[in-house]
Parts: sequence; C-alpha cells; structure tokens
Amino acid sequence: MKQTVERSSEQTTETSPVQKVKTTTQEVRYEINTGLLKAETGTGPTRQTRRRYAGVSNQRFRNPRQRAVIWGSLAVIWIVIVWLTGRLLPAGSTLTSLLDRNLSPTWAHPFGTDWLGRDMFMRTLKGLATSIQVGLLAACGGGLIALLLGLGAATIKAADRVISWIIDLFLSVPHLVSLVMLAFVFGGGLAGVAAAIALTHWPNLARIVRAEMIQLKSAEYIHISHKLGQSRLRIAVQHMLPHLVPQLFVGVLLIFPHAILHEAAITFLGLGLSPQQPAIGIILSESMRYLSAGMWWLAFFPGLALLLVVRAFDVLGNSLKTLTGTGNSREVR
Amino acid sequence: MTGRNGWARFVGFKVLRLVSLLVGVSVLSFILMQFSPVDPIEAYIGGDMIRVSAEQRSLIEERWGMNESPTERLLTWGQALIQGDLGTSMIYRQPVADIIQERFMNSVALMAVAWLLSGIFGFALGVVAAMRRNSKLDRLICWYCYTLASTPVFWIALLLLMVFGVWLGWLPVGLGVPAGMSADQVTWGDRAIHMILPALTLSLTGVASIALHTRQKLTDVLESDYILFARARGERGFQLFRRHGFRHVVLPAITLQFASFSELFGGAVLAEQVFSYPGLGQATVQAGLRGDVPLLLGLVMCSAIFVFTGNMVADILYRMIDPRMKEELMS
Repeated sequence: MKQTVERSSEQTTETSPVQKVKTTTQEVRYEINTGLLKAETGTGPTRQTRRRYAGVSNQRFRNPRQRAVIWGSLAVIWIVIVWLTGRLLPAGSTLTSLLDRNLSPTWAHPFGTDWLGRDMFMRTLKGLATSIQVGLLAACGGGLIALLLGLGAATIKAADRVISWIIDLFLSVPHLVSLVMLAFVFGGGLAGVAAAIALTHWPNLARIVRAEMIQLKSAEYIHISHKLGQSRLRIAVQHMLPHLVPQLFVGVLLIFPHAILHEAAITFLGLGLSPQQPAIGIILSESMRYLSAGMWWLAFFPGLALLLVVRAFDVLGNSLKTLTGTGNSREVR
Repeated sequence: MTGRNGWARFVGFKVLRLVSLLVGVSVLSFILMQFSPVDPIEAYIGGDMIRVSAEQRSLIEERWGMNESPTERLLTWGQALIQGDLGTSMIYRQPVADIIQERFMNSVALMAVAWLLSGIFGFALGVVAAMRRNSKLDRLICWYCYTLASTPVFWIALLLLMVFGVWLGWLPVGLGVPAGMSADQVTWGDRAIHMILPALTLSLTGVASIALHTRQKLTDVLESDYILFARARGERGFQLFRRHGFRHVVLPAITLQFASFSELFGGAVLAEQVFSYPGLGQATVQAGLRGDVPLLLGLVMCSAIFVFTGNMVADILYRMIDPRMKEELMS
C-alpha cells in the first residue's frame, strides 16, 4: 500500500511538470525548478541527474556554453553537408535540357529550372561550394595578413604608426568600392576575387591582434620570463601564441560570412567570378532578366540558401567565441 | 581660450589626417591601376579596336603619355588633381567632376532617406528589445537583426523588386525617373516614387547593427544601480527609459550611425545596381566593368571623403554633446 502511494505521488511530480513545460512561459519554468528540487530530495542520484538533464533540455539550454556547442556543431554539420554535396555533384547535374525550361519548383526540381533547363537546386549547391571555397581562401589570406601586420605593429615601434595608418587607409574607402577597384585590378576570376577580399578584410582582425599583443607584452608573467632569461622566441611561442591562437581562429571564422557575402556581391555586380563558374552571384544577376516574367524561384531559393550558409558561419564563429572566451575582446566586423 | 585652442588643434589634426589619407588612397589606387590587365586604349576605343592601326595607336599612346614612367604619370595626374581636374570619363565622355556631382545628388537623396529611416527604426527596435529583454519580442528582434546581418543586400533588393514591382505592380521596377520623359517633365513625385524601393532596401538592412548595438548599451544601463533605485521608486516602462536610459544610449547610436557611412555606401552600390538607379554606386560599377580608370579613381576619392566626413561628424558630435569628452578636450 505504502509503496503504491509513494509511487503515485512520484508520478504526479513526474508528469505534472512535463505537462506544464509544453505550455511554458517563464513563470512556469520557475515551477519546474522547484519541482525538480522536491524530486531530488526524495529519489536516488541516477534519477536526479537524468531529471536535471531533462530540465536543462526543457529550458532550451540556458547555459550559453551548451547552447554554443549545440548550435556550433549544427552549423558545422550543415556547412560540411553543403560543401561536400556541392563538390561531389557529378559534372552532368547542371547540364542544359531544353525540354524542362522555366519549370516552377516541383519535387523533381525543388528550386525549379532556369531558361536553359538547368536544375536550380544543383546550380545553387555548386555555387555555395564555390562560395565556401572562396570564403576559405579569402578568410585565411586575410587572417595571415592580419597576423603579420598585427605582430609587426606590436613588436616594432616604428612599424606601429605606419601600420595603424595603413589600417585607417583601408577602412577609409567603403569595402565594396575598394573591392570593385581590386577586382578590376586583378581581373576577376576565383583567385582574383579571393585575393581582393583577403586584401580588404584584414584591418579589423589586425587591430585585435595588435591590441592583444600589446596587452600581453605588459603582462607580468611575460616580464618575469624575460627576467628569467628566456629568449624572445621562446616567450613568443610558449607564452604569447597560446593566447593569440583562439583570437585568430575566431577572427578568421568571423571573416567568413563577410567574405562570402562580398564574393556574392562582387560577382553579382559582374566584376567577380566568370559566368561559366557556378556562383550565387551569377545566378542572381542572371535571374534579374527573368524576374519581370514572374520567375521568382530563380532568385528566391539561391539567395535563401546563401543566407543560410552565411548565417551558419556566423553562428559557428560566435559559438567558438563563447567557447574560447574571446567574447570580451572587440567585435570583429 | 583653451577651448578654442583645443578645437583649432582638433580641426587642424582632422584636416591633416584627411589630406594624408587622400594622398595615400590616391597614390595606392594609382599604383594598383598600373597592374590592371585592362588595356586603357582598348577600353577607350571599345569595339572599333580592329579599325585602329598601329600608328594611330602609338599616337594615342603618346598623347596620353603612356610612354612615360609611372612616377611621371603619377605626378602629372596629381598636379591635375590638386587643381581640381579629375580628368574625363571614358564611358560618359564628360568631366569626372561633373558626373560625380550629378550622381552625388541622386545618391545623397537616397542615402539620406535610408540613413534616417534605418537610424530611427533601428534605435526604436534596439530600445524595445532591451526594455523587454528575453521576451518573445526581444528574441524576434534579435533574430531579425542577426538574420539581416547575414543577408545579401542585393537579394533583399530583388525580393522587394519581385513583390512590389512585379507581383503587386505598385512601384516602378527601376531607374531614377520614368522612362521616355524629358528632364523638365519629371516631377519630384516621380523621383520620390522611384526612390522608395532602393531606400527601403537600404533601411531594412541598415537597421541591424544599430538595433543590436543600442540593445546592448541599454541592457548595460538597465543593470546599473541607479536604474534599480529608479525602479524601487516605482518608475517603469517608457517613463523609466525617457528619464534614465535615453541619454545614455542616444549618443552612441548617433555616433554609430554616422560611422556607418561606409556600409551605407556599399549597400547603395548594390541597391542602385539592382534598381538601375543613376547614383554614385552604379557609376562605380560601370567604371569598374568598362575600365574607366579616371572615373573609378574619382569615385574612390569621393567615397573616401564621404566616409571620412561621417567619421568626423561622429567625432565632433561626441565632443560637443558628451560633457566628459568636452572637458577632456578643454584641458
């Protein structure tokens, strides 16, 4: 008798919060917590922990680090899927087939087809893979420039003024205008666009690296290791680099979304990738001629897909920022 | 006295800085242009290149001074630049200064509207989000801002074009004035109607950064002790914000908005391209596409001055409005 009574009371504490969770608002969440506390006093450890995790999941991951891990890994999975499918698509998947021209989205062609009968879904995927590739090249290039100049500015006094001036110089012209100029100079193409983007996207990161280095140089443990007679190189590698790596990594990742967006923009303007290459910018600029004919799917889906990829990089960068604790440093923009 | 001295030094420093930046930008751009694979003579003559003989070509080269060394050319160009002569555009066959002036008026109207709208709405959104922190509304606003920050501007422009231009047919699809009308027939109403979509595009995307920034600032303010005390006295809602929050967040917001001229210009380039709006951005794209070096160089300088002005206004406002900064300047 006693046992059953206990069990039933347990069951009520078990079921009632769960029901409340479904109609949850903040006040009800508070209720769950008290329910949890009550349950914990009565039951064994395994159940406690299980309940706690259940409670956490119901609270939509209030802990920012947990949220960062989950969203970050989701973003990684999404990016890898897009990139791999884009790369591994057979060459024939975007062939023209004049029989299926101008089809609106169906199950066979989820994003519709264009005026040459090419499947827009395949074209979009390939374009996204190109975007990611350009973004990777540009972000790494930009990161490298930022690292070198940031280090230079922080170690050599005379270089500091010059480099600060160069940074201001690059920030004084709108990104897109300098991109147009650089793309014109490099003559477009994948390498040209990547170089142009790398050359315009380093200043903010360079500033961060410089600030971090200057801060590190005045740190006490650096002074102490100087006094202990350690060589400059050893200090740089052992004591400074570990602080710089997460900053740099996050900074490079946060260049990604901008790089991809600017690649698409410059290609859209006609100065970037050549029309033979699969790219979202090309798709969208071509679609402009067909929009007045009501072919909305030519622009809608590719742009949305690009938005999702860019957002994924943004989420990934910010998750890593949370996880590595570099969030207090200045924002990379 | 010290105050005036401080201002004089401040302005002098700024002018010096502008000059040094402009010299840097022009020299750097000029050097970059030397590496361009586009042949200036081919770009100038265009399709008639086959009909130009080698002698004619060498004549043009001599007239343009292409046989001189790059340094000499840079000096010649620099001298002309100081005298206010930006050269002649190859594609429009007009002095670059005239083109920039005409297009600047179009662009400024567009950018000013977008700038004001995005500033006001962005600020309001940021305030609402911070006052209702962690509510559904706040999450919605944040989501909107983060999403917009990673949205291609030209895609938004295309969507607006499709919805309002093609489906609903309410607004014109492009251009700055109605097609097939002479300049004196165009009314201000026509111009305004043609400006709605590009301006809307720019304001929709411009909202994100200022809203997020204002939200962050106001959140910090709301966590302070004096707000706690004000709440304890029973102030809440809009009154609390008006009395204790507004002053703290409006200045950073204005500064940020002035400092965002660079992004505004970049957005205008894209929006103008989509809507074929005859502004500076479209001219930039045309100059880049068709290899019009004088126009491109002129536009680069123009945009640099534009961005610099924005930053300087932000700086001056900060100094004028914020008493702490004012004191620092005086001493």
